[in-house]
Amino acid sequence: MDIFLQQLANGLTIGSMFALVALGYTMVYGVMRLINFAHGDMVAASAFVGLTIYTQVMGQATSLMAVIAIFLLAALSMAVVGIILERIAYRPLRGAPRLSAVVSALGASLVIQNGIMLIWGPRMRIFPELVPQVYWDFGGVVISLIQVIILVLSLVLMISLYLFVEKTRMGAAIRASSIDQDAARLMGINVNSIIALIFIIGSSLGAVGGLFIGLYYRGITFNMGWQYGLYAFIAAIIGGIGNIPGAMLGGMLLGLFNAFIAGYVSSTWADAFTFILLIVILIVRPTGILGERVAEKV
Amino acid sequence: MSDILFEIKDLEVSYGSIAAIKGISLEVHKGEIVTILGANGAGKTTTMRTISQLLKAKSGSIRFKGQELTQLPAHKIVKLGISHSPEGRRVFGILTVEENLLLGAYTQTKMDREVLDWVFRLFPRLEERRKQLAGTLSGGEQQMLAIGRALMSKPEMLLLDEPSLGIAPILVKAIFKQIKEIAESGVTVLLVEQNAKAALKLADRGYVLDVGKIALSGTSAELLASEKVQEAYLGKKH
Ligand SMILES: Nc1ncnc2c1ncn2[C@@H]1O[C@H](COP(=O)(O)OP(=O)(O)OP(=O)(O)O)[C@@H](O)[C@H]1O
Ligand SMILES: [Mg+2]
Repeated sequence: MDIFLQQLANGLTIGSMFALVALGYTMVYGVMRLINFAHGDMVAASAFVGLTIYTQVMGQATSLMAVIAIFLLAALSMAVVGIILERIAYRPLRGAPRLSAVVSALGASLVIQNGIMLIWGPRMRIFPELVPQVYWDFGGVVISLIQVIILVLSLVLMISLYLFVEKTRMGAAIRASSIDQDAARLMGINVNSIIALIFIIGSSLGAVGGLFIGLYYRGITFNMGWQYGLYAFIAAIIGGIGNIPGAMLGGMLLGLFNAFIAGYVSSTWADAFTFILLIVILIVRPTGILGERVAEKV
Repeated sequence: MSDILFEIKDLEVSYGSIAAIKGISLEVHKGEIVTILGANGAGKTTTMRTISQLLKAKSGSIRFKGQELTQLPAHKIVKLGISHSPEGRRVFGILTVEENLLLGAYTQTKMDREVLDWVFRLFPRLEERRKQLAGTLSGGEQQMLAIGRALMSKPEMLLLDEPSLGIAPILVKAIFKQIKEIAESGVTVLLVEQNAKAALKLADRGYVLDVGKIALSGTSAELLASEKVQEAYLGKKH
């Protein structure tokens, strides 16, 4: 029972990180039918940007205000990178064959990854201890302050995003653009702005995810975007790519699944089992658990 | 007829190297119902999409209330007062009827309750199904929704691309009756149709499009009487 509860807590923590990152993949796919392979590398870049803001701008302060500022600045930086990425890597290729955009996405991924290596070096860096090491022991089940922060903040962000997309006028414009861009234009929706908005939101959430990865795992490397990006991408597919609640659900499920495999089987097998899970889900439900929110043209 | 509201001059549109519209000109006066007739592939939809700037003209001009449209991005057109109910309806299938209608009012700073009520009066079926997903409506209901959605922006001119497409004759009649009512309320209508008989009964004037060129134009009475139209579109042999 202890293992169960412990892995439940761990699973929810990593699940929220997967979910935050998965949202970036799914939102871009929803409107552009494009897998933004550079997204995972932007998540990694965010952790390094956070590190630099901490040392260079905040003078290594760990006050609450400083930590909030680090989060905001990192999210802002990645939002800017996201907009630039869309402008130079994807917008010129709209209307081009799909494969061109895929190649461009892979290229952008390599550029960002190598950019991180160029700036911060190829060796692992240690992410600062922005949150005090506080632990609570509930009869053998240990939960850290970092875990609580990650979980709560992720939930707040995800619920806000959900409400924004479902309840606001701009959210309706996002949904309309992801269903039928031409019809959305006929409504007066500026689809280019919506796409920029999607990149801003997705990149900022990914940036928060990257900082969480730094906080939780501490060691950050220039190429970690591949690994975390892949997991988040799988989470998005499990939930149903293009489907926003699906990415949240897929991220949480994948996090829990990973934690339980690590707890009951072995963490070395977690990757293999993850792919088995993906394959099983795709066999049973090819469009993911909540279904793709895209192809349903009437 | 009074002032010209809308005018196309020497419009040419191509898909790559294939010319689809080969220099057409037409005009629409305020308050008119004007129809564009033509067989499959004549270029009717191409014309409509070019008016809405979803397609870009190769040359020529499109003016609405004197303003040139061809250099504007598509999303700016509806705000000027031109609303487009596209071919194949293109309702947002996984959104509800109500959400579709609200999106129609996207350019309005505040959704006008009276317009919504008017749309529901025109098409009471939409009010009954306001919480239903648009994709689960019947074809005829989806057409009503597409027209209603287009009305939500309070257009001065309404573009209707084949509202009769794939709809049972009895429903077509009902929808055309409502189009007449929309026009009588002061909205100018540009109606594309293959169903020439129904369209000419409704319209004041018409143009016949034939492989990208205007083959014939005139009042509805003239067109109905013309042998060419009777042969080609009304299935009468002489
Ligand atoms: N996306 C496209 N790419 C290439 N050619 C196209 C495209 N869309 C239309 N065409 C061509 O342009 C011509 C005019 O097509 P358009 O859709 O405007 O005809 P239409 O009059 O609306 O016909 P219908 O009554 O069948 O709707 C046709 O020859 C068609 O094949
Ligand atoms: Mg057509």
